Amino acid sequence: MGASVPVCSTFGLTPVTPASPSFSTAPRSTQGMKPSVFWRLADDIPKPMSTALMVLSIAVPFGLWWLVASLDLVNDKFLPSPIQVAQALGRLWTDGFLLGDTAASIMRVTVGFGLAALVSVPIGIAMGAFASVRSLLEPISGVVRYMPAPAFIPLLVIYLGLGEAPKIALIFIGTVFFNILMVMDAVKFVPKALLETTYTLGGQRRQALFQVIAPYVVPNIIDTFRINIATSWNLVVVAELVAAENGLGKRIVLAQKFFNTDEIFACLLILGVIGFALDLSLRGLMKATCKWAVD
Amino acid sequence: MGGGLGSPSVCRADLGLVGSAHYCVPAYPSTLLPIHPPTHPPTYPSTPLPWTNTMHLEINRLSKQFDTRQGPVLALDDINMHVETGEFVCAVGASGSGKSTLLRLVAGLDMPTAGEITVDGQVVMGPGSDRGMIFQSYTLYPWMTVQKNVEFGLKLQGVGSKERREMASYYLEVVGLTKFSRSLPKQLSGGMKQRVAIARTLASRPKIMLMDEPFGALDVQTKETMQQFMLDLWNRTGVSILMITHDVDEAVFLSQRIYVLTAHPGTIQQEVFVDLPRDRTYTIRRDRAFQDTREGIMDLLRGKTAPALVG
Ligand SMILES: Nc1ncnc2c1ncn2[C@@H]1O[C@H](COP(=O)(O)OP(=O)(O)O)[C@@H](O)[C@H]1O
Ligand SMILES: [Mg+2]
Repeated sequence: MGASVPVCSTFGLTPVTPASPSFSTAPRSTQGMKPSVFWRLADDIPKPMSTALMVLSIAVPFGLWWLVASLDLVNDKFLPSPIQVAQALGRLWTDGFLLGDTAASIMRVTVGFGLAALVSVPIGIAMGAFASVRSLLEPISGVVRYMPAPAFIPLLVIYLGLGEAPKIALIFIGTVFFNILMVMDAVKFVPKALLETTYTLGGQRRQALFQVIAPYVVPNIIDTFRINIATSWNLVVVAELVAAENGLGKRIVLAQKFFNTDEIFACLLILGVIGFALDLSLRGLMKATCKWAVD
Repeated sequence: MGGGLGSPSVCRADLGLVGSAHYCVPAYPSTLLPIHPPTHPPTYPSTPLPWTNTMHLEINRLSKQFDTRQGPVLALDDINMHVETGEFVCAVGASGSGKSTLLRLVAGLDMPTAGEITVDGQVVMGPGSDRGMIFQSYTLYPWMTVQKNVEFGLKLQGVGSKERREMASYYLEVVGLTKFSRSLPKQLSGGMKQRVAIARTLASRPKIMLMDEPFGALDVQTKETMQQFMLDLWNRTGVSILMITHDVDEAVFLSQRIYVLTAHPGTIQQEVFVDLPRDRTYTIRRDRAFQDTREGIMDLLRGKTAPALVG
């Protein structure tokens, strides 16, 4: 231990004839890193452990909520209990609001984000593939991307009125540029050797674009959508908070007017669950269509 | 499968390849393909499609200069070389001697600063399927199965799906990977991936196969297996090969002729003829002739003159 000269003991080798007797050949500590399950870096944990932790992730916040609400620390006008929220949910359901509002919000997201997706994929691929198109469009999308979409609401209302159009336009504006830039980045990561291989196999540029670049970025496109659909889910509520006849955002504003915090909680819960379901279904789509790219 | 190939021959022209309508190879009887996949050692189709066309690759006074931020870099200077029909030629040199640049120029992926490259008298102006390329990084299309990967070159050239399938199956048999035709590239080992890439290139029936350190990323054992595989493949098909490597041993083991490159700028120091039989196995490494050739080239690379090799 005394000598600081490194010896070969870590390799399990004993020097045959030590060149110099000046260092100790006594084994040094071979303790190394302590094993850990919980703190493994970038590694899987056992399935039961992961399931347990995932259950806790929902159960603990829910339990805390229940506890605080039932201890009457806070007036339940401000913090309704889970039971009161469940009752509010039932009320909204029987009144038909729940279904109508959810459908209205989902419709806006579907149309707005659908249009953004439709536009962003070809433009993003073109920008990633052609430096010329990139030079032409990257500066403008880079700037517009940083204009907060909600700041467009007044303009959109002036231009498009109060109907569905401004809400759909808001979602479109708020997601299309992010989609474009993320698809573009994905295309830039297509290995150059893969394109060159295509050329030496007799492929033309057009074939490389449609038969190599496009399929290569499909998983990235699905991931891009998964990330940006969250934004559209935000924006639809923002739009509905400002001006709408229905939608989950509108329901929240109305609930605020009548001090129905239980209904606000109910709507938040619905928003979270639907968003999570969207996320899961896009993950599912990825697993189903891009086996080659998942783990 | 039966009667899948009605015509008695497969012509290059049918495959959409350039300028060699005269060149035809005999059709392979599809019944020869064993139903059961080969295990070890692989049982190859007994009559591999031979490369019967003539090919002449010539590189004339070739120079390539890169203009970098630090100023111009002369990667290749006045390179003259040639590859003839059915030859296995290697270029060896240290890292940075311009080997990859040379191969990229031949493939048409880059343009020379001076000089020209001709294949059968035609100046190389861009990439084409007559010069198939194998890269060191495994360039399989990750979303395609092994079978689809091998078919892809033919697909790009507009070959019909039935013929494509049979060609691909045939060349998968040639490289001994029939069993893995439905696998995805990520399920294969490095050596297997490279064999798929070779099958894919062969399926396009190139005039010459260009290989850029194809076994550089493999472990020693796999590398040796692949070298033997490559040599057998070349012996059985007679395809012309230009391969570059930094591994002198590999070059001597595989090739008939070796161009020794030195760096900064990349120039051909010497052309070395490997006087060994075509059929080689690893035991040939113990032969005097093998060792002399290898040591001679090593000396050249070290900067010593090697009189034994001159002439
Ligand atoms: N695209 C490029 N731009 C600038 N310099 C390059 C480029 N490609 C290669 N070089 C330079 O040319 C020389 C030869 O490179 P390369 O052909 O890759 O050598 P090798 O394959 O023998 O290792 C090196 O000095 C390298 O830095
Ligand atoms: Mg190289």
